[in-house]
Amino acid sequence: MMRRILPHPILAGLLLLLWLVLQQSAGFGHILLGALIAVLASLAANAVLPEPVTLRRPLKLVQLFAIAGLDIVRSNFAVLTVLLSRRPNPTSGFIEMKLELTNRFGLAILACLLTATPGSAWLEYDGERSIVLIHVFDLKDEAEWVATIKKRYESLLLEIFE
Amino acid sequence: MTELPLWLSILVSAGVLLGALLTMAGCVGLARLRDFYLRIHAPTMGTSMGGGLILFASALYFSVTTGRLVIHEAVIFLFVSVTTPVTLMLLARATVFRDRVELRGKEEPITPPPVDRA
Repeated sequence: MMRRILPHPILAGLLLLLWLVLQQSAGFGHILLGALIAVLASLAANAVLPEPVTLRRPLKLVQLFAIAGLDIVRSNFAVLTVLLSRRPNPTSGFIEMKLELTNRFGLAILACLLTATPGSAWLEYDGERSIVLIHVFDLKDEAEWVATIKKRYESLLLEIFE
Repeated sequence: MTELPLWLSILVSAGVLLGALLTMAGCVGLARLRDFYLRIHAPTMGTSMGGGLILFASALYFSVTTGRLVIHEAVIFLFVSVTTPVTLMLLARATVFRDRVELRGKEEPITPPPVDRA
């Protein structure tokens, strides 16, 4: 019964939270309306989401976002210094790397983080070979990039989702 | 206009200015860089740290002046961060596809070297 009404509890919870933050109020009426919208929206999402999100170690998400935030700040200044030069001419390049991560929510988060970082962009993912194509703005050492992504992001995402 | 405490004015203006500068640098980069794959990197400065700083300054300003927690800027940041990669990937994959078709039968088809238009 609970499964039928609430197939995606985490999604519904997040939607309710978003609703309350947008309304800037945690009054009873807002909670009621927000819960209704969250349940209806997560029911609608059931048609496109194959499986509910399962977080094995949700607290690690905080660590992941802290690391990513730090990297985004660093990357912003790195790209800025390249752009400020008279003739910006970074040594850009493509990286193909194999991922152990197969959980689609994990992959989505990794794609968002890598793309939000100005220095790197997630181009495409081949699910059959689990190989991702990444474009790097200022590519100095390909092996180092692969190692960094694996160590800083993928290992955490594996712990969280798989 | 009410009088603002000095620390708040400094923090808020620093956030707004630095955020706006980063966003502008990203836009200038979009225009100046030499090929498509490089250009997709520049605007993400505005959607990550540039926008983030402006939104943070806004949240801080309104939280202090109204005397209650104003954090709905976080929702803007969340939606921008989640939707940027979608557009970017759509554009990038279209370009990768086109480059692969154009380079078919020539050299390395998977990761085509960016076309130099200089």
